[in-house]
Amino acid sequence: MSHHRHIPTLEEDHITLDELGPRTVRVAGAIGVVGLALAAAMGAARGDGFASFGWSYLLNFAFFLSVSLGAFFFVAIGHVMGVHWNVVARRLAEVVAANLVYLVVLMIPLLLLAGRVFPWATGHTETPAALLAIKAPYLNQTFFLVRWVVYFLIWCGYALWFWKRSLEQDETGAPQLSVRMSRKSGLALLLYALTLTFASYDLLMSLDPAWFSTIFGPYYFAGSVVAFAAALTVITFWLQSRGRLTKVIHTEHLHDYGKLLFAFVFFWAYLAFSQYMLIWYANIPEETAWFLRRQQNGWGWVGLLLLFFNFIVPFLGLLARSVKRHRRGLYFWAVWLLVMHWVDLYWIVMPEFHPETPLPDLLDLLTFVGIGGLYVAGIALRASGHSLVPRRDPRLDDSLGFENA
Amino acid sequence: MDTSAPNLYGILIEFDHPERLVNACRKVRDAGFKRWDAHTPFPIHGMDGAMGIRVTRLPFLILGGGLTGLAAALLMQWWMNAVDYPFLISGKPLFGLPANIPVVFELTVLFAALTTFFGMWGRNGMPHLYHPVFKSERFRRVTADRFFIVLEARDPLFQLSKTQEFAASLGGVAVELLED
Repeated sequence: MSHHRHIPTLEEDHITLDELGPRTVRVAGAIGVVGLALAAAMGAARGDGFASFGWSYLLNFAFFLSVSLGAFFFVAIGHVMGVHWNVVARRLAEVVAANLVYLVVLMIPLLLLAGRVFPWATGHTETPAALLAIKAPYLNQTFFLVRWVVYFLIWCGYALWFWKRSLEQDETGAPQLSVRMSRKSGLALLLYALTLTFASYDLLMSLDPAWFSTIFGPYYFAGSVVAFAAALTVITFWLQSRGRLTKVIHTEHLHDYGKLLFAFVFFWAYLAFSQYMLIWYANIPEETAWFLRRQQNGWGWVGLLLLFFNFIVPFLGLLARSVKRHRRGLYFWAVWLLVMHWVDLYWIVMPEFHPETPLPDLLDLLTFVGIGGLYVAGIALRASGHSLVPRRDPRLDDSLGFENA
Repeated sequence: MDTSAPNLYGILIEFDHPERLVNACRKVRDAGFKRWDAHTPFPIHGMDGAMGIRVTRLPFLILGGGLTGLAAALLMQWWMNAVDYPFLISGKPLFGLPANIPVVFELTVLFAALTTFFGMWGRNGMPHLYHPVFKSERFRRVTADRFFIVLEARDPLFQLSKTQEFAASLGGVAVELLED
C-alpha cells in the first residue's frame, strides 16, 4: 500500500513451465486415458448401449467446455475494455480458451453417442411424438452436428487467433497487435454470445425437448465465468506452489479474481432466480414440468443445495475484502465454487436421465477424471515452451504495478 | 490544544511537489498529529498510508443498510399482501417468497446504496460549505499545481511556536497561519 512499494519485474520471477510442462502432460494424460478407459469399460458392462456412459460424458463435457468458454470471455472482454489489471493473468486464460481445440476431439464420443443419449433422438422422453416431429427440423442429428461444427469453428478460430497474436507480441512487442486484438474482440463477443446460447440449448436444454427457457444461455454463461474464475485461481495457486509466477501475480490480482468470482456468483443467482420465478409465476405446465422433475424423488434437495451453497454461503463468504485478499480464503472458495458448478450442471442434466434418484453414479466420477485429465494435459501441452505472461504487452507494467483503490 | 490564539484555525504548509508532500505527511503522522489534512489537485497513490488513515469501516454500515432494506421489503410485502389487503392472485400464496424476492432485491440494493452515499457524507462531515482554507490566496493553487497540509489548532499536540517550527521543517515552500 505504501508509496514506495516494490513493483515486481518479470526478470525476478520464473515465468515458464519448463520441466513442469511435459511432466503434467504425462501424468494428467495418463490419468485421463485410464479414467476414460475405465469409464468406457464400465459403460459397456452396463449393457445399455452406452447410454449411462454417454450421459455422464455429456455432463462432464459440459463442465470442461464451460471452463474454456469462461476463459474465452475473460480474454475477449479484457481486450474490448482495454483492461490493465488482468494482463499478468491473460496468458493463462488464453491457454485455457485455446484448449477448445482439444475439446473438439473430446466432443467426438458425444457426437457418436448422440443418437443414444439425446432424448429427441432416442425418443425416450415424455415429450409427445407429435411435438418432437414439429421440432425435428431443428432437433435432428445432422443439423446438431452442423451446428457444433459452426460453434467450434468460431470458438477455436478466435481462441487460436488471440493465442497466436499474443505469442507474436511476445516476440515483436508491437503495440499494434494490442489494437488489432481489441478491434477483433467486439465481434468475437457478439458471436460468442450467440454460439454459447445455442450451444447451451443444444447440449443441455434439449435434454428435455419440450422445455424452453430464453434465459438459459446467460445461465450457462454465468456458470461458465464462475467456473473459469475459480479455475484461474486454482491454476495460479498451483503454479505458485511450484515456484512459477510467485511475484508477478500478487495480492492485488488475487483480489480481482475474488471480485470476479463474487460478481458472477451473484449474477448466476440472479439468472437462476429469474428463470425460476417467471416459470413459477406463470405456472404453465409445459414450462413447469422441468422444475417439477427437479423437485421430486429427492432432487429438491439438490436444488436447495444450489440455493445455499452456490449462492448464499459463497456470497457471504466472498463479501469481505479481507477474504478476497487472503490466499487460503480465496483458494477455498474457488475450489468450493468449482464443485458447486459441477453440481449445478448435474442438476440440469441428470434429472432428465434418472429422475428417480439424485444420487450420482461412479461413471460420473470416472468420466470427470477421464475428460479432466485430458483437458489438463491439453492445457499443459499448449503452455509448454511459452512464457506464462504476455511478456511484452504494452499494458504489462500497469498490470504488474496494479493496486486496488 | 493551544489557547494562546483563540481565532487561529491552523497552519497551512504549501508544497510544490507531490513526493515532498507525501514525505511531509509521513512526518506529521509519525509526530502523532490527529487533527490535520492534506489537499492535492489529484489523487496520490499511497496517501492513505502516508497519512495513517485506517481502512474505512463504511462497509459494515452498508451491510447493515442492506439487511435493513431486506427486512423492510419482506415486512412491507407481508403486511400489504397478506394482512392489510389480502388479494388472491392466480392462486399464489398470499405471502409467497419467490414473488417477493424482486422487491427484496431492489430494496436491499437501494438501502445499501443510500447508506453508502449518506454514510460517506456523514463520516466526512459533509455537506461542508465553508472552510477556513478558502481565505488563503495561496490555497487557490490547490486545484492546479500546489499541494497543502493543514495542521489544525484543535489538535492536542498543537502549540503555536513549536508547531510553527515543526511546520517549517517539513520541506514546504511556504507556511501560513489560518484564521477561523
